[in-house]
Amino acid sequence: MTRLGRSPVLVTNPVVRFLARRLLYSIVVLIGVLVVVFALVHVVPGDPVRIALGTRYTPQAYDALRSASGMDRPLIEQFFGYMGSALTGDLGVSFRNGDPVTVTLLERLPATVSLAFVGIVIALLIALPAGIWSALHEGRASDAIVRVTSQFGVSIPDFWMGILLIALFASTLHWLPTSGYRPLFDDPAGWLRHVILPGLTVGLVAAAIMTRYIRSAVLEVAAMGYVRTARSKGLPPRVVTMRHTVRNAAIPVLTITGIQLATILGGVIVVEVVFAWPGLGRLVYNAVAARDYPVIQGAVLLIAALFLLINLIVDALYAVVDPRIRLS
Amino acid sequence: MADPVLGVRDLRVRIGRREIVRGISFDVARDQTLGIVGESGSGKSMTVLAATGLLDAPGAVISGTSTLAGAADSAPAQLVGASARLLREVHGGRIGFVFQDPGTSLNPLLTVERQITESLEAHRNMTRQQARGRALELLEAVGLPQPQTRLNSYPHQLSGGQRQRVMIAIALACDPELLIADEPTTSLDVTTQAQIIDLVRDLQRDFGTAVVWISHDLGVIGQVADDVTVLQDGQAVEQAPVLDVFDNPQQPYTRELLNARPLIGAPGPPPADSEAPVLLRVEGLDVRFPVTTPVGRSTVHAVKDLSFQIRHGTTLGLVGESGSGKSTVAASLTGLVKPDAGAASLDGLGVRGAAVKALRRRISLVFQDPFSSLNPRTRAGAAIGEPLWVHRLAKGKQARQKRVAELLELVGLPAAFASRYPHELSGGQRQRVSIARALATEPDLLILDESTASLDVSVQARVLDLLADLQRELNLTYLFIGHDLAVIQRMSHDVLVMRDGEAVEYRPAAQLFESPEQDYTRALLAAVPPARPRSALPG
Amino acid sequence: MTTCTPADTTTAEEQTRLSAVRLLAGNPVTVVSAIVLAVLVVVAITAQWIAPFGVNDIDVPNALRPPGGEHWFGTDELGRDIFSRVLVAIQASLRVAVVSVAFAVVVGVTIGLIASYRGGWLDTVVMRVVDVMFAFPVLLLALAVVAILGPGVTTTILAIGSVYTPIFARVARASTLSVRVEPFVQVSRTMGTGHLYMLGRHILPNIAGPLIVQTSLSLAFAILSEAALSFLGLGIQPPQPSLGRMIFDSQGFVTLAWWMAVFPGAAIVVTVLAFNLLGDGLRDVLDPKQRTMIEARRRSG
Repeated sequence: MTRLGRSPVLVTNPVVRFLARRLLYSIVVLIGVLVVVFALVHVVPGDPVRIALGTRYTPQAYDALRSASGMDRPLIEQFFGYMGSALTGDLGVSFRNGDPVTVTLLERLPATVSLAFVGIVIALLIALPAGIWSALHEGRASDAIVRVTSQFGVSIPDFWMGILLIALFASTLHWLPTSGYRPLFDDPAGWLRHVILPGLTVGLVAAAIMTRYIRSAVLEVAAMGYVRTARSKGLPPRVVTMRHTVRNAAIPVLTITGIQLATILGGVIVVEVVFAWPGLGRLVYNAVAARDYPVIQGAVLLIAALFLLINLIVDALYAVVDPRIRLS
Repeated sequence: MADPVLGVRDLRVRIGRREIVRGISFDVARDQTLGIVGESGSGKSMTVLAATGLLDAPGAVISGTSTLAGAADSAPAQLVGASARLLREVHGGRIGFVFQDPGTSLNPLLTVERQITESLEAHRNMTRQQARGRALELLEAVGLPQPQTRLNSYPHQLSGGQRQRVMIAIALACDPELLIADEPTTSLDVTTQAQIIDLVRDLQRDFGTAVVWISHDLGVIGQVADDVTVLQDGQAVEQAPVLDVFDNPQQPYTRELLNARPLIGAPGPPPADSEAPVLLRVEGLDVRFPVTTPVGRSTVHAVKDLSFQIRHGTTLGLVGESGSGKSTVAASLTGLVKPDAGAASLDGLGVRGAAVKALRRRISLVFQDPFSSLNPRTRAGAAIGEPLWVHRLAKGKQARQKRVAELLELVGLPAAFASRYPHELSGGQRQRVSIARALATEPDLLILDESTASLDVSVQARVLDLLADLQRELNLTYLFIGHDLAVIQRMSHDVLVMRDGEAVEYRPAAQLFESPEQDYTRALLAAVPPARPRSALPG
Repeated sequence: MTTCTPADTTTAEEQTRLSAVRLLAGNPVTVVSAIVLAVLVVVAITAQWIAPFGVNDIDVPNALRPPGGEHWFGTDELGRDIFSRVLVAIQASLRVAVVSVAFAVVVGVTIGLIASYRGGWLDTVVMRVVDVMFAFPVLLLALAVVAILGPGVTTTILAIGSVYTPIFARVARASTLSVRVEPFVQVSRTMGTGHLYMLGRHILPNIAGPLIVQTSLSLAFAILSEAALSFLGLGIQPPQPSLGRMIFDSQGFVTLAWWMAVFPGAAIVVTVLAFNLLGDGLRDVLDPKQRTMIEARRRSG
């Protein structure tokens, strides 16, 4: 068969083209997210402004909030207004306390990022060796132990684990504080002491999930022809494992890490509530309880955008790791 | 006679309660090639892997002896039950391996150079520079074009034939005494296969390596082997020098294998009625496909302005290597693919567009893979009955069952098979069910797309006989698509050779095979392993 | 007229295929999980009748009693029997999980199946929408739905159901796409077989496997999601007992009365674990790749 030609494209570097397509795709999804987020408020049965005011309702407050939040203008105008301001970083103001949403979000972001970061690091430190080891010893006792443990880990509610950890390490043993947060750059030691328990809570559950994925990814790779070729060359077992099996599992591992990081960003809500962690999750929770729609919208948008960003980074890493994408 | 490089005695492999390799013995003489031939399930791969200590099946119990002759400074090594350390020294260092599928046998993330040098690293003390030099030497020796550039290539940038050359280079990197080649050319085109066969022969001559060549294809074995071992059901049925096996087969199984081979020069189908009207006329068929890769889109021009016709009761053999576009032609005629241009007519009625369903009745399709051609969750009877139901050809369940039984009988299967699921049938039986299903609508045209390519040689022979009989009895018209020229010759009245989407040569079969006009056709014919072993032919 | 060849009438499949049920039954873990789940289902149906105490029978003098005697799981800070509350809470959780996953399966599979079968622009549009939904972490989306509709059981069911629909759409689509290109489907198309027949007899039976596995796993996650929502006070509302809320209420008393936190949590773990293990066992049987491995191991053992 003859190749007729490539579609016209400015840059011929395959990596750039790959990333450009992924970026375009992310932007499309982000717009979709924007639509959903915007629709959130307007799908509410009843009047969102009235609900938000709740017991503080007075006709004047109602009118004031309504015009301040722009809810008195036609829907289409509101949507483009929202999209426009979102692009410039203005996400409106909180219904509850009038603070600009963007500022509030940025204040709370570092705490959540700390937690997610520590969580994923703990998860990788456990899941990578456990998943690989378990796959390489498939069918044997050590594999069974890992599988059973990870099954348990996947079945435990994270808030329960958090409470139990607090009960044990904080309330009973008094090794660690029960709640609270210290910013990293102000007080590194304090940061560490405070982030351990919540980080473990997030990380252990994530570790259980990732161990299972990594195990099955390594098993799949181990069954491939080139692993047999490697053995047929008489290479030492460690080389076969590391250079052939594990290295080719890097791509699925990257995928699951990305997915898991994104899941953590969402699941972090409950852990933040348990540990009174001043992050985005707790912010969203409070906002939901108070029907503070602009904050909810802003937080959801931010988290979705972060998720897409993580995916883009994972894609970029694919291009680095996989020569099939680098050189097509 | 010098002692053999590898001496295997009474090798047995048992997995669970089944003994798969049942007491096989053979010798591999120095500088010679031992051909091991057998159909699927004969245990040929398992035998050789077990004999060289590379078998990795959980729960496998290996017994017997496999002795690798001593090298200049070492004693003979016993490979069955050997220590992991000894096996690591032997693998790659004294025995090199080439496997069947070049697509998955090379690590996609490592360069060609790395995959060669890691072998050198493991067995020789070489600096990076020296190893690189040796890798370059090897790539040149295996005939890889532009070896300097190829050192830094990744497997996905090479063609199947090129990858197989790289595998051979890797296998020979440390100058082993023995090369094990397990179906090395089975996944390759016939012309590439011929090149690889020549390559291995030249390398054997230059480096003095003994070779064990495993294949299901007797023709290939005839080309490469000095001695032959025929395996059936885990046992060595016949072992003799190649000429003896081909000219004086002692065992009935060997004779069966030899007779089942389709050969160029064997008689074709009985002559058809030259006055028969044209059934299918295709003009200017043109098909293009968009192709999406992670980095962008491009277009593949699969079929370029193709025209041909088939008369009632005859077979047109459509032959080409992979990528020639032959399967796309079938897909266009059956409506699976929309052509970009061209017209086709069946008895004068247009094939595209109107009255599609009526047309579907008249054209039937049989695919290559016997297993995935049948819904694994449907019984054979239901599969055959489906076209009857769709086109309302039999009223009511009774009538359908009766017709299904008739069709099963037509293809040589007992009526009881209607209640069997595909996994309860052998490959040949499944293919017969597919044929029965294709015949259910009493079609005018039967398209057979590589329909026997996945079958064992003996099974293939029987299915081809069946198809020939059916053509004669029912005056069927076939479009027979394949890559095996001998099979094409056996079945076809006319032949169309395709390459890169274009018709290269289109003539009556007898003429084409006797005096091919185009170079490409000549090259294809020349690449087909001849009927007699190479050593029997002059030159 | 017959071309009968004796050699071909024998079955060449040397290994008889182990039936699905036998394979399942051969795995002790799967069997145990199935039994546990059966027990839980019985509990779910009969909770009201088998609970020894009323779920809101306040009995302050007997508050914070450790497990033992009449109260197998002890009592909480208001003297309520934890065992009874756990039973009824399991009933509530299972109900929410089953209904929401049923919703997700029906809607998700229909969308995924039709979109991928028809292909073309419908497929593209639908999958973009699914992608957008996937951009939201599960709990976040559920919270958003709750924010719109207000807390409560119905909202929880809707939230979890709509959040899990995309995964079923994706699984259905992936399976359909791979089955659609199988030769037997293509042969049917060339025969002129109608779409309904194709979907019903060719596609659906062959995508059922991954869907069943996904259902089991989603049920597990649904229980966890419901527990999280209840924990946050946004799910099943008091005074209806819910496992998540019971754990929330136990926070102040954990060091004093560990049983308040441990038993509801253990109930969650046992239920979720049982669904997960069953799902794994089903996958071993229903996923063709896994299955050949298991069959081989079983036969050689």
